Amino acid sequence: MTRVSIKVDGVEYEDDVEPRTLLVHHLRERLGKVGTVVGCDTSNCGACTVLMSDADGRQRSVKSCAVLAVQANDREIITIEGLSGPDRTLHPVQRAFHQAHALQCGFCTPGMIMAAVDLLEENADPTEEEIREGLEGNLCRCTGYQNIVRAVREASAEIREIHGTAEPAPPSPLAGEDETPDSGLKRDNVPDETIPQPVP
Amino acid sequence: MTITEGPALEVGSARLRKEDARLITGRTTWTENVTLPGMLHLAILRSPMAHARITGIDVAPARAVKGVVDVFSGRDVADVQGSLPCAWPVTEDMVHPDRPPIAVDEVCFMGEAVAVVVARSRAAALDAIATIEVDYESLPTVLDMEQAIADGADLVHADKGTNKGYTWVFDSAEAGTGGDAGAAIDGAEVVIRRRYVQQRLIPAFMEPRSVVVDPTSDVYTIWSATQIPHILRFLISVVTGTPEHKVRVIAPDVGGGFGGKLQVTPEELITFIAARRLGKPVKFTESRSESLVSAHHGRDMIQDLELAARRDGTVVGLRVKLLANMGAYMGLVGPGVPILGAFMYNAIYKFPAYRFECIGVFTNTVITDAYRGAGRPEATFAIERLMDELADELGLDPLEVRRRNWINADEFPFTTVCGLQYDSGDYAKATDRAMELFGYEELRQEQQARRDTGDSVQLGIGVSTYTEMCGLAPSRVLGSLRYGAGGWESASIRVLPTGRVEVVTGTSPHGQGHETAWSQIVADQLGVGFDDVEVLHGDTRTSYKGLDTYGSRSLAVGGVALYNACQKVIEKAKPVAAHMLECDPADLEFTGGQFRVRGNPDGGKTLADCSLAVFAAHDLPDGIEPTLDADAVYDPVNFSFPHGTHLCATEVDTETGRVTIRKYVAVDDIGRVINPMIVEGQVHGGVAQGIAQALFEEAVYDSDGNLLTGTFVDYTLPTAADLPSIITDRTESPAPGHPLGTKGVGEAGTIASTPAVVNAIVDALRPMGVHDIAMPCTPERVWRAVQGGAA
Repeated sequence: MTRVSIKVDGVEYEDDVEPRTLLVHHLRERLGKVGTVVGCDTSNCGACTVLMSDADGRQRSVKSCAVLAVQANDREIITIEGLSGPDRTLHPVQRAFHQAHALQCGFCTPGMIMAAVDLLEENADPTEEEIREGLEGNLCRCTGYQNIVRAVREASAEIREIHGTAEPAPPSPLAGEDETPDSGLKRDNVPDETIPQPVP
Repeated sequence: MTITEGPALEVGSARLRKEDARLITGRTTWTENVTLPGMLHLAILRSPMAHARITGIDVAPARAVKGVVDVFSGRDVADVQGSLPCAWPVTEDMVHPDRPPIAVDEVCFMGEAVAVVVARSRAAALDAIATIEVDYESLPTVLDMEQAIADGADLVHADKGTNKGYTWVFDSAEAGTGGDAGAAIDGAEVVIRRRYVQQRLIPAFMEPRSVVVDPTSDVYTIWSATQIPHILRFLISVVTGTPEHKVRVIAPDVGGGFGGKLQVTPEELITFIAARRLGKPVKFTESRSESLVSAHHGRDMIQDLELAARRDGTVVGLRVKLLANMGAYMGLVGPGVPILGAFMYNAIYKFPAYRFECIGVFTNTVITDAYRGAGRPEATFAIERLMDELADELGLDPLEVRRRNWINADEFPFTTVCGLQYDSGDYAKATDRAMELFGYEELRQEQQARRDTGDSVQLGIGVSTYTEMCGLAPSRVLGSLRYGAGGWESASIRVLPTGRVEVVTGTSPHGQGHETAWSQIVADQLGVGFDDVEVLHGDTRTSYKGLDTYGSRSLAVGGVALYNACQKVIEKAKPVAAHMLECDPADLEFTGGQFRVRGNPDGGKTLADCSLAVFAAHDLPDGIEPTLDADAVYDPVNFSFPHGTHLCATEVDTETGRVTIRKYVAVDDIGRVINPMIVEGQVHGGVAQGIAQALFEEAVYDSDGNLLTGTFVDYTLPTAADLPSIITDRTESPAPGHPLGTKGVGEAGTIASTPAVVNAIVDALRPMGVHDIAMPCTPERVWRAVQGGAA
């Protein structure tokens, strides 16, 4: 057994772990962070993606099935459960996934959202192609990715606005945003749509 | 107390999903998240051999591993484990080999369960599994379907004496629904003969299968990542001999299915057996490798096709000979998958003569069963490829050949050569809209220009005009096809004292957004707010009656049950409202959520007024039962027949074989739409899976029966970087048979897109003499086709 000290979603945890324990199993089985899920055993699907601080303290996305719990010693982890703000407002990426219908079964969603958060940290204004390549490590079987790409673009615009770096939105290269009834989804006949909030 | 004011019309609006809140914040209940006091973990030792006799098995070392509670082999539980069920014996004499959850004497595919360990932790169980010694005596491996049915072939099940599971035939002349296909072919001006291979695919839902069985009360409680909690409850009861009322199944949030979780699995039964032996809760969650090797696969058919036509393009007959790979056993509905396709080979066309013969073949591979579309994608691929080949043979535009054969809008309802009655549709309208969005003429011109200049990147245009039968299904029809269950669906509505509404549905969503769409239907019908409706599903204790979710059936059947239940609620509330309004119930109308005296816009009573009145029950008319709750079960009178036109433009690099989808347009007619946002999402995902069959995915066994594509490294699901954004639109021909007018959309994209993509690739390469490329159309295969002029 090895002693590890890991901060997860703002809380410090100290535990004895078997050296072979994967970070994702430590998160799920010891710390109860079951919002992070396992979808494969070859680090292909990305469902287990979380943010982990690197040596310089920067939060970077990692596949928590490809990290040993002992490697996370003295690091800070943020999972999908800790992504919303202290006042329980949703992160712009979470909100955008909801608004753009970027999830169906939702199993890949925690990992996909965490990967998208990291992608937007790296590139505040990615093109469709950059988003598609940036999320290549995360598999989704339900959506065909089109609405995920749309959600990440919408989130990027919102984040830039929050950070005061908003520029006029570039013309969208999304094929689905041609003038067709289904694209862009006119939603004006549903007033006061509630944005879901995390349960207090 | 105020009830949230609902918008005027929910149905038809792109309501954001209720399901999302828990899914985007990581507060979901997946089966793997279920943890119970004293829970044990189960691991399964699987056969590394495709076909072998088990001559010895030593589980003693596993018992010695610290933390191990129980170890057993198939032999140890042979008299209690039963045999996995097949619900669709398609012929009277179908061969249905016993399929014990854990192999006893013989393993018949790589990945079959051989022994089981139950331990305090998953790690201990896995450690112990590795210590079990099994002696195998290798048996001949049967893999090739044509060899399997030849005389003197090695056998998957020696005691059955054959690898033919069944032979199923439909002939329009014999059925009296059309002419003699053989005669039509013999006398035809043009006959197109082709063989197409539907490669084996893996559904590859993102959530691995998982099951928890808790025996620690009077009732066995089973959590399972399944599409079919109701069918599972019934069959667990039948197979294990446990009284049905002592089995409760819960399908909590389920992470995708695509037919892959339409199964009663060995793993569910094994976990049940272990929990029953030990009297403790037991959990099993598969690894992805286990999933790929042991969860059922899909497709895997060889199609020999003959399409006969006149030189003007009019088709006069079609003959289909099909070999369908069943795998080593018969799955839950596996034998019926090709039969679902049998009725779809004539597609949207007025073929006068048709014959279909299918042989279900056993091989030493994991079973095949339903995968998104289940038989209908295979049929649609065949006919849509053939129509393109016919067009090429006759020098006609592929769309023109289709126009000359399809059913016109004024000919509905139309009885096909299979005897099905197509309900409604307008193929020309959907096609015209697709051509407009696609820029068909411009792309044809560009294609010609690239051909003229000998561009190394050629442009191809692929057409797919599909229909499908969904809304499974009229129970009588299922009975006539020897399916073991009915096709009805149920809904219950509970009106709470405050006027909030609970809906209990027998459908079992795993990504389709039923909680949202069902709320929209109820909001409109009962005049309550969208947020005042709670949809309950997937737990047989609350939803005891249902037939679950598959075959694009949930809305087309379950939605109608829900609509009917709403009408019953209104009828029950009407005398209550009339009593409060001191009028005759016959004078009341229910509009905008209010009972009002006809012609008097003032002083109405809402459903909440009525529900509070029946809750108090102080002052009800005589003889009124104090409840507004209502149940409905709907058995459809016909299938529904969505249709559409998909157009795909591919750029094919003739030097590297690389295929790029340049433009993809999907115009679907799925009847009336409850939530266009959810519909669009279904089309996106469906098209992606169909593109994946055309370009990327194939489950491959080597010559010894080892699955070579046993991880996501080798079984290549498309990533975001592999897929295009597509353009979607709809036309709308409401289903005429029921008040919602909906038809179903879950499988449409998958059915339509595979032939659209392959037609586009072949179209690009026709000047080079290419007439076919085997799927998946990898760069290597495309390049070889360019080099050789044939695949």
